Amino acid sequence: MDKMLVSPSPHIHTRTSTASLMRDVIIALMPAVIVSVVFYGWSELLILAVSVVSCVLLEWAITKYLLHRPSTISDLSAVVTGLLLAMNLPSTAPWWVAVTGAVIAIGVAKMTFGGIGQNVFNPAITARVFLLISFPAIMTDWTAAPGFVDFPDAISGSTLLGVYSEGGIDALMPFGYGTGRLYQDIGGSAGEISCIALLAGFVYLLVRKVVKPWITLSIFGTVALISFIFNMADPAVYTGPVFNLLTGGMILGACFMATDYVTSPMSTAGGIIYGVGIGFIVMMIRYFGAYPEGMSFAILLMNMVVPLINRKFHQKKYGRA
Amino acid sequence: MGGVHPDDNKIARECPIEVLPLPDTVYVSMAQHLGAPAKPVVAVGDSVKAGQVIAEPAGFISAFVHSPVSGTVKSIAPRKDLAGNPQIHVEIKVEGDEWAEGIDLSKDLVTSIPDDRNAMLDRIKACGVVGLGGATFPTHVKLNPAPGKVAECLIINGAECEPFLTSDYRVMLERPKEIVVGAAIMQKILGGCRCVIAIEENKPQAVKVMSEAVSSLGYAGIKVSVLKKKYPQGGEKQLIDAVMKRQVKSGGLPIDAGAVVQNVSTALAVYEAVQKNRPLVTNVLTVTGENVPANMQHNYLFRIGIPLSFIIDHAGGIPEIAGKIVSGGPMMGKAVSNIEATTVKGSSSVLYLSEEMTRRKEASQCIRCGRCADACPMGLEPFLLNRLAKADDMAALEENAVQDCIECGCCLYSCPANIPLLDRIRIAKGQVMGIIKSRNIKK
Repeated sequence: MDKMLVSPSPHIHTRTSTASLMRDVIIALMPAVIVSVVFYGWSELLILAVSVVSCVLLEWAITKYLLHRPSTISDLSAVVTGLLLAMNLPSTAPWWVAVTGAVIAIGVAKMTFGGIGQNVFNPAITARVFLLISFPAIMTDWTAAPGFVDFPDAISGSTLLGVYSEGGIDALMPFGYGTGRLYQDIGGSAGEISCIALLAGFVYLLVRKVVKPWITLSIFGTVALISFIFNMADPAVYTGPVFNLLTGGMILGACFMATDYVTSPMSTAGGIIYGVGIGFIVMMIRYFGAYPEGMSFAILLMNMVVPLINRKFHQKKYGRA
Repeated sequence: MGGVHPDDNKIARECPIEVLPLPDTVYVSMAQHLGAPAKPVVAVGDSVKAGQVIAEPAGFISAFVHSPVSGTVKSIAPRKDLAGNPQIHVEIKVEGDEWAEGIDLSKDLVTSIPDDRNAMLDRIKACGVVGLGGATFPTHVKLNPAPGKVAECLIINGAECEPFLTSDYRVMLERPKEIVVGAAIMQKILGGCRCVIAIEENKPQAVKVMSEAVSSLGYAGIKVSVLKKKYPQGGEKQLIDAVMKRQVKSGGLPIDAGAVVQNVSTALAVYEAVQKNRPLVTNVLTVTGENVPANMQHNYLFRIGIPLSFIIDHAGGIPEIAGKIVSGGPMMGKAVSNIEATTVKGSSSVLYLSEEMTRRKEASQCIRCGRCADACPMGLEPFLLNRLAKADDMAALEENAVQDCIECGCCLYSCPANIPLLDRIRIAKGQVMGIIKSRNIKK
């Protein structure tokens, strides 16, 4: 009896931990990681490795030498950030771009705010936007590197969104615009090239109840609605819903980056507002902005509004109509 | 709304109820119920019979306590309870097993229900019946709503949603007709409202047995309803929501929503009080635990006042795996720091948990996943309450309804960062309730 534990209830705990949730996200990203390595080859593998290793090392070093706190790398969140960062980079990017991205993601966006759970902005997105503004040439060089499988269509140096931004709908026609391919066979960042692989990963997250579908669905819904309306109004100028849902960072962003626990609202209602906001901003940038793609900016902008959304929207309480 | 799905672990479900033998001495606590501890009415040296009153209520919310055994009163003195707090106990040396006059100990089922509502209420009060679902609220008070409040539905709680516990389940399987008669008695006392016996879907056998008892006895307006398996489905407020599709207003009582909830074992105690004049001195508890040998799993019919150590020894000693002993379910039960504490009316288990299963892991930072809010059956936001409690912001805590917390433990159970949410919220709730109370007194 002397050795019995005594503590307040509850006396049992779920097996789910921060690390197990992050492990599920890593597993969910694997189909897309594999597809991108197969198509983009060694250079993609190098970017992935450099990005993950530098994110983890940086977090370890910052906790040890700057914050003098126990290391948090075992929660695997730095690995997730590293993977997402790599998937936001072109496979042709030099290794130091990935390292710079890690410094921004982990060093600036995550650890200066106090580490996991404290950051306002999604670390990987912050890094991507920083790199896009700092090294626009590198970040938009979508020359398809030789992959592990021969892929005859992979010749373009620009993304479909880039083509559209420069040349409008007409410029898209040679790429089979309107055929609704789920499979992007022209250049893009690693995370952009396989919708199916990303969606499969997202379904895994839903099944494992790691994330809820509301944020993602409200982004897709808003994007579909806005592009449907504009496309109906003038199909010669505005791209349609299928194109907008399947191109660029739409699926990667909506499924894996906008759903980041830390930087998205806590309530379901708040999540829907947040998703609608992202969908609206991304479509405005795609149709009217200077940049061809606006997913990162949209998420980053809506990240800023999250504290306000959290203050306004709460759970529905029992017995308080 | 909310809820969690811990492993069922109803390991002792197939163990029939066994009668626990009597020890040499029992120590009967005066704090057997919610409200004021009872006042002893016996003196040292008195000889008492089983079922004889040894203490009377010391307030409106209080209850009679009866001797569980026949014997001699040896002392009336403070003794440590489960948590180590001193409570007045009446120590009785057991001599034979003689029951007081007028108590029907036969097993014969008495199905005809008396007509006099007040006489039945008096009998329930005189027999010291309290709610056996956990809160041990005096049953006669709950069955006698304030003027102007009308009971529309009597819910008999057979959910037993806590993992591991099987005592209510066994009572349903072995005493179904008594439960139904008890329900019919309470139904009559409440003025003939409808009655729903609510059982979770993971107990099909209990659903079958109870349904058969209901149809064979043929009382009007009683039915069995099957609930989804979810913790805390058997929480009073959650049960009312599930059965009546109605919520109890914050700060209100179930009767405000037209509901009265009584546990199945309470229904049995009501039956025994009204039909058999038998005071509440026995109940059923489960001795169980994961990886506890099969011959150490039991459901015991125990008398109140028996030291837990006696039960533990009788069941085969503390199993090797035990890292913690819990009295009650793993979600809301109390950790036992003192096995010399004795059984009370509401005792429901001696639960052994392994250290691996029960030891708290070190907390890490909140990742704002919102799982605690999803799990909260009251729709509260534990992450927020935790933050406000850390900041000692009483006004904001009240605004965010910390006082509505039912302390079910779902938030702490579900937190992937192992943050001790409920520990802090429980303290903050106490503080805020104190503030609300003193404000109401000033008015």
